[in-house]
Amino acid sequence: MSQTARPTSPHLGIYRWRVNMWQSVLHRLTGLFLCVGSLLVAWGLIAAASGADAWSTFAAFCASGIGVTLLIAWTWSLLFHLCNGIQHLFRDTGMGYDAAQRDHSRTPSYFATGWMVIAVSVALTALVWIGLFLRANGGAA
Amino acid sequence: MSAIGDDTLRTPLKNVRGLGSAQSGVRHWWLQRITAVALVPLSLWLLWLCAGLVHADYASVRAAIGQPVDAVLLVALVVSLFWHGALGLQVVIEDYIHTRWQEVVLQILVRFGAFLAAVACIFAIARIALG
Repeated sequence: MSQTARPTSPHLGIYRWRVNMWQSVLHRLTGLFLCVGSLLVAWGLIAAASGADAWSTFAAFCASGIGVTLLIAWTWSLLFHLCNGIQHLFRDTGMGYDAAQRDHSRTPSYFATGWMVIAVSVALTALVWIGLFLRANGGAA
Repeated sequence: MSAIGDDTLRTPLKNVRGLGSAQSGVRHWWLQRITAVALVPLSLWLLWLCAGLVHADYASVRAAIGQPVDAVLLVALVVSLFWHGALGLQVVIEDYIHTRWQEVVLQILVRFGAFLAAVACIFAIARIALG
């Protein structure tokens, strides 16, 4: 059985990383992470139904350092998955694929909307959490 | 497969007829989109609801969940959420798990887990809203 080093077909390695590849990877990763987050929703609802003790355990977890960190990560994951999902839904209709829209000089181009998805998800996450911190510290009127 | 027809007079066409397309090719794709469209307003609403309840005490949390509109929207959210999640996890498992028995076990666990979580959430919401 002779082993000849045959050429293999090119895989992802030959492509330059563009924003749509990041969107694709992040959509799957945030989707997986949000599946874990859905269990937090279940925990919260079950705790609220079970009684005050169960609820205070849940609330204490959410208020802990790890809890807040996870909640910020879940907020961004949700907003990214949401914005990117909306872009998916528009592209499902065939929008954005014609040659003119893949032209960099045009706005919004195929890639510009990708950067918009990332920027909007980060901005909304910041907005939500800055608002929450301001309210907690009594800074917001 | 070849055992089916080797010792009979059936033609290959006779053997495959009825075993092919289950006429459900776009079902997964379509359900993923329907649940996604539902989750666009519902997840934003959940974010709004949670942000409003951040420093709320136990009684006000129960009162919020128990309101008819909130309870109905929460049930709708929970159904779309776990359905959409199960559809997504199904594809991830199909893509990365190449050992057949592991794939089957994981697919069953995902379906059972998503269904159980959804039922538990609906039961919890109903208990608060109706209790």
